[in-house]
Amino acid sequence: MRAFTSTTGRVAVLDRPDIDTDQIIPKPFLKRIERTGYGEFLFYDWRLDEHGRPRPEFELNDPAFAGASILLTGRNFGCGSSREHAAWALQDYGFDVVIASSFGDIFRTNASKIGLVTIALPAAEVKRLIGLVDPIEGAEMSVDLERRTITDPQGQTFEFEFDEATRTWLLHGLDEIALTLRHEDEITAYETARTTA
Amino acid sequence: MSRTLFEKVWDDHVVRVGDDGVVLLYVDLHLVHEVTSPQAFEGLRLEGRRVRRPELTVATMDHAVPTLPGRIKDQMAKRQLDALRANCAEFDIELHATGTGSEGIVHVIGPELGLTQPGKMIVCGDSHTSTHGALGALAIGIGTTEVEHVLATQTLAQQRPRTMLIEFVGALPYGLTPKDMILGAIGQVGVGGGTGHVVEYAGEAVRALSIEGRLTICNMSIELGARAGMIGPDDTTFSFLEGRPRAPQGVDWERALERWRSLTSDPGATYGTHVTVAVEELAPQVTWGTNPGMVVPVTGAVPDPDDFPDPDDRAAVQRALEYMGLRPGECIEDIAIDHVFIGSCTNSRIEDLRAAAAVVAGRKVDARVTALVVPGSAKVRRQAEEEGLDRIFLDAGFEWRLAGCSMCLAMNPDVVPPGERCASTSNRNFEGRQGVGSRTHLVSPAMAAAAAIHGHFVDIRELEAAA
Repeated sequence: MRAFTSTTGRVAVLDRPDIDTDQIIPKPFLKRIERTGYGEFLFYDWRLDEHGRPRPEFELNDPAFAGASILLTGRNFGCGSSREHAAWALQDYGFDVVIASSFGDIFRTNASKIGLVTIALPAAEVKRLIGLVDPIEGAEMSVDLERRTITDPQGQTFEFEFDEATRTWLLHGLDEIALTLRHEDEITAYETARTTA
Repeated sequence: MSRTLFEKVWDDHVVRVGDDGVVLLYVDLHLVHEVTSPQAFEGLRLEGRRVRRPELTVATMDHAVPTLPGRIKDQMAKRQLDALRANCAEFDIELHATGTGSEGIVHVIGPELGLTQPGKMIVCGDSHTSTHGALGALAIGIGTTEVEHVLATQTLAQQRPRTMLIEFVGALPYGLTPKDMILGAIGQVGVGGGTGHVVEYAGEAVRALSIEGRLTICNMSIELGARAGMIGPDDTTFSFLEGRPRAPQGVDWERALERWRSLTSDPGATYGTHVTVAVEELAPQVTWGTNPGMVVPVTGAVPDPDDFPDPDDRAAVQRALEYMGLRPGECIEDIAIDHVFIGSCTNSRIEDLRAAAAVVAGRKVDARVTALVVPGSAKVRRQAEEEGLDRIFLDAGFEWRLAGCSMCLAMNPDVVPPGERCASTSNRNFEGRQGVGSRTHLVSPAMAAAAAIHGHFVDIRELEAAA
C-alpha cells in the first residue's frame, strides 16, 4: 500500500449525502481484472454523458477543482457495494484524502488498506470547510496525518481525531499480510486448538 | 457475564488482539466470486504466497454470467470468469462453475449446500455477505485487499463493531413479507443508521420466519450500513440444515447441535442501540427514490422535498425525484412500470418464487411490461421446475432464466434501458443500478408479481382478497 504522511493541495467539493460506490465506479468497469487504471472511470455516469463528453453541471468537472487531491463530501460517503474499485478509482484520479462526516464501513476499510485517507469530521465542520472552499477559485488545504491536523483555506490549523491503528498503517504503508504472517504460529495454534476441541 | 450472539461468535474467533486493539479473527468459510477476486489472486502470485486453507474456500460464478443459454459474448466478462477458473485450479479451490448444476448466487448456494452454519465466521468480497447471518453466522462483506489477506492468512483484521438490536414487535400481518419487514426497518433507521454496527434481528415475527425469510432480512443489513446482521439459531435453523450436503452428519451433527444451541443471546445481554419496529403497522413497502431508505407503504405517496427539514435531505430527495421521474404527492399505486425483475440474493429462493407464482397463476403479464424470473441457483431452478412454477411464469408471459445475479446489478446483458422503470425484488435502487438511467423500485416478490400483472403497483393484500 501507498504510505501517506501529509498533502497540500486543491480541494474539490461534492456536497451530496449517501454517495454509493455504484456512483463512484459504475459496474461495467468491475469486469476489468487489473488493479490500476480506474481513475478515468471515476463517477463515470455523473461525470460524462452518453457520448463520453464531460457534463458541465457535475461538480468535479468545475475547472476550479481540476487537479484536486482532497475531496470534501457528504455524509455516509461510499455506502453500498464492497467494490474496492471505488477506492482505487478515487486514488488513481488523484485524490489522497476524502473528508466527510461519515463513511460506509467497507469503503473506509478498503481505502485505508491502499493508502487513501478518509477523515470523519463533525457535520458542521465539513459544512464550514465547504463554505470556505466555495468562494475561492482553486482553494487549497493541507492535511497532516503525522500531526493529525488540517489547515483550512484561510490558513487556520485544527486537529482531527483519527483511529490510531489505522494511522500507523497509513503512515508506514505497511504490508498487512506480511505483518499477520509474523503471527503465523498463533494462527496455527488456534487451528490446532479448534481441531482437537 | 451475559453475552449477545454476536459477542459469542466474535470471542470464539479471536486469534490474537494486537497492541493497537486490532483483532485478528479466524475465518471458517471464505466465499469467492469472479468480480472481486482476480486482483487478490494476482497479489498472491506477485508475492509468491499460497492460499492457507483452500478447503475453507469456495468459489462460484454469479455476478456477470449470462442468464440465457449459449456461449458468453461479453469478452470482458469471459476473461474474468476464465481468470476465476484458472485461479481456482492453480490454488486448488472448489469452484461451482456455470453449467455444473451446483452454481448460483454466492449467498444462495452457501446456505443451500449447508456450508453456512451457526457460529461460523464467514467472509466474502461482497457487501451482501450479511445474508449468511440468518443462520447465526457472523458474516462480513470485505474488499479485495482483505480477500487477499484472508486467502493468505485465513484471518481478517477487525476493530470491534458496536451492537444493535432490531426487534420486530408483533406478528406479521396477512400479505406482508420479510422484504417488507427489512425495508420498513431501513426506512426507520436510515441507510447510514447501522454504520459501525453488527445488527441482531429478534422478535416474534422473526422467530416465526422460515430460514429463507430470515436470509432476506439479513441480506439487506448492509443497506442500513451495518457490517453484519444475525439471527439466533433455533429449531427452524437446525431442521433447515439437517441433511444438507455440507452440514455435519451423524455423530458430528449431534455435537454440532449441542454447540449451536448455546448460540443465542443470553438473557440480560445488552446492545449499544435498541430499535423496535412495529410489524403490525407495516403495509407492503415500495421504494420511490435512489436508496433503500427512500421507502413508503404502497398505500402512500411520493414525498415532497419541502417536508424534509434538513437541507441535505431536501436536496437529496429533490435529486432522487428528478432521477426517478416522479412528482411529489403522486400515489404509489399510480406509478406505471416497464419491467419486473424477480431474483437476486435477496429474493430468488424457492419460497420467493412460490410467492410470486401464487400471484401470477392464471393471469397474464401486462402488455407493456417485460418480466423476468431469475432463480438464485441451479438447484432452485430445478426445484421450481419440478413444482411446475416455470410453467406458471411462462404461461403468464414471464421469461424463465438461468441462475445468476442478473438484473440486480446488470453486469450481464440483463439491463433496464435508460428512463425505464422496474419493480425489482433486489436490494438496491441506486442510480444506474439496473443499467444507466434505469429507475428501480424495490418490492417483495408478491408485490413485483402483482405489478407485472397490472402494469403498476397494487396493494397485494387487496389483490389476494379479490382472487
